[in-house]
Amino acid sequence: MSSRPELLAPPEIFYDESEARKYTSSSRIVEIQARLSERALELLALPDDGVPRFLLDIGCGSGLSGETLSENGHQWIGLDISASMLNVAVEREVEGDLLLGDMGQGLGLRAGVIDGAISISAVQWLCNADKSSHEPRLRLKAFFGSLYRCLSRGARAVFQVYPENIAQRELILRQALQAGFGGGLVVDYPHSTKKRKEFLVLTCGSVPTSINEGYKESCSEDDDSEDEENGMVGVSDRNRPRKKQRTNKKGKGREWVLRKKEQSRRKGNDVPHDSKYTARKRKSRF
Amino acid sequence: MRLISHNLLSCNIKGVKNGFPLKIEVGEVIQKEVDFNADFLRHMFAKIEWKALVEGARSMGYTELPEDSPDATVLDSADDSFLRKLHHALLELHLEEGALVCPETGRKFPVSKGIPNMLLHEDEV
Repeated sequence: MSSRPELLAPPEIFYDESEARKYTSSSRIVEIQARLSERALELLALPDDGVPRFLLDIGCGSGLSGETLSENGHQWIGLDISASMLNVAVEREVEGDLLLGDMGQGLGLRAGVIDGAISISAVQWLCNADKSSHEPRLRLKAFFGSLYRCLSRGARAVFQVYPENIAQRELILRQALQAGFGGGLVVDYPHSTKKRKEFLVLTCGSVPTSINEGYKESCSEDDDSEDEENGMVGVSDRNRPRKKQRTNKKGKGREWVLRKKEQSRRKGNDVPHDSKYTARKRKSRF
Repeated sequence: MRLISHNLLSCNIKGVKNGFPLKIEVGEVIQKEVDFNADFLRHMFAKIEWKALVEGARSMGYTELPEDSPDATVLDSADDSFLRKLHHALLELHLEEGALVCPETGRKFPVSKGIPNMLLHEDEV
């Protein structure tokens, strides 16, 4: 993505008539959206009993993600702030119900009625303050709080997000956990800048037994085979052990220093020669 | 908007305690046929607020639903006439034009092209 739409204008203005049409007529976007929603649905881990569920699609836009839900037999209700996008959805005759609403104002839904929620590339919009009355933290809080209430116990919510930076990711995750959700981040293709996709998987009420793994990097560009077995796990949950500090009191040690010097030499840098003083500590009175 | 969504929606204005159920002001109702799925109806039945559903259906001109919530045995009986009625009320009736009215404050949420506008003004958040 060359530029982030969040930085250009508020969502209800950015997705105007022409942008909405452009969005839905681009086969590339349609395909990406379909794949993302397929993956989100997979992460929702709905019970495999053939019973259709009632799902919520937050930031449904023109209903591209909802279509995937319909294809899988589920009923859904979609929420979006852009009237133009919803108009396109109506034209496309999507099967779910549509609501014009702002997720940052909280969802006006009864408690415990929704079996699962997905959201494709929408939640990061909440991190922007588009009006003077907007406070991202409060809007995220209202959103996650109301979502927590309307989900049934044990239900999951999966958000595909494009956080702009680490601070945004932290903010979103922290607000979600404060609202009472458990869960964490699943990262697909963590080493690729373009294919990298982050899914926030939240569970409501009960502790997740396992969060699915992120898909691993596929070596060749055109190889899209996504096998789960040797997948790369990219989960950061509430109790993630902090990265162990490798340094102990004595510092990193002589071996480490020698290795680093060797590495640096191989790069062609000018490195002092090794001697018996290498990696020794200075005396304290120095 | 279908009645299944109406049954879940409540008024979200700050300070409103009884924002449910929203009253329906009918402008235009259309019907769209949807595949019948008994499992889904059984699943949703427990979550439906029956009184709100009956009222909603009445205001949209569908009066076949019984006044009192039937007990769960009807759902499993071989005769699926009840489920058919429920199916029609929940999934096939669409409020195309009209408004939803908050029972406490009387605030109107307009519905156009089947999409209710639930956006709140700044002073209502």
